Amino acid sequence: MIFVTTGTALPFDRMIKIVDAWAQERGRNDVFAQIGIGGWKPQYLQFADLLHPSEFAERVRTATVVISHAGIGTILSALHYEKPILVIPKLASLGEHRNEHQTATARRMMEMGNVNVAFDDDQLRQRLDRLDELQSIGRIGPFASESLLGGLRSFIHDV
Amino acid sequence: MAIKRKKILAIASGGGHWVQLLRLRPAFDGCDVVYATVRSAYQLDVPGCEFRLIPDGNQWNKLALIWSAVGVLFLIMIERPDVVVSTGAAPGYFGVLFGKWFKARVVWLDSIANAEELSLSGKLAGKVADLWLTQWEPLARASGPEWIGNVL
Repeated sequence: MIFVTTGTALPFDRMIKIVDAWAQERGRNDVFAQIGIGGWKPQYLQFADLLHPSEFAERVRTATVVISHAGIGTILSALHYEKPILVIPKLASLGEHRNEHQTATARRMMEMGNVNVAFDDDQLRQRLDRLDELQSIGRIGPFASESLLGGLRSFIHDV
Repeated sequence: MAIKRKKILAIASGGGHWVQLLRLRPAFDGCDVVYATVRSAYQLDVPGCEFRLIPDGNQWNKLALIWSAVGVLFLIMIERPDVVVSTGAAPGYFGVLFGKWFKARVVWLDSIANAEELSLSGKLAGKVADLWLTQWEPLARASGPEWIGNVL
């Protein structure tokens, strides 16, 4: 299944509408979306408003591809389960977020090789037609970098 | 005589903030840890651990923000941690601020979501944090925040 998620309880109607239209046009029945509370209701996709965290994890674990806003929680989950992830930054210019940090972070994480990014609607539509080309482009362990953990340990134990 | 175990309050709001906090767990080995966050379902992520629910808040809803601050203040007064560790956002800021008032040593790890500018709560936390960290090396400054790695 392709798992599409707004990542949080907040909707991301622009993304859901594009994926819904694409799935209908292409006759894709293998797409499930988590749309956020009060989000636009898809006409074609299977969907839920908000998933329990355990079901969210299961959806990511069993997905072939994850499509999401550029939120860190979802990105880390996808990397953890070695899933290809396509992120669409929420844009402050469209009133979707309070500033453009999602675009900045998505770009940096793309440069680090962690995520694929569709920066606008056209790029998203193009990427949807080439989803099979998306590779899992990074795997991360369950915990933070050893340098960070070591620094925290030193601080906590005051050495 | 045995050394007293350190008590850590690990506190964050939901979503990515909570996920990043979980990735720091090995740093807490050998300590007594209390996890505090805003969604009861997250207790499943830390089975067998002390878990406290706190009210969420953000800068856009002043009433929720005040309620969150009150909740975190009571939490700190009850738990009296030796160390507070937070990955954000607003409730985490209250955790480090009030933790400091009650003599804890406090750590702020700014979210990896802030690649080009520290979050608002991260900037405020810099005024009180004993260890003030960014996850992006270009944001590090001699006067802080420091960069020593990220949650990946």
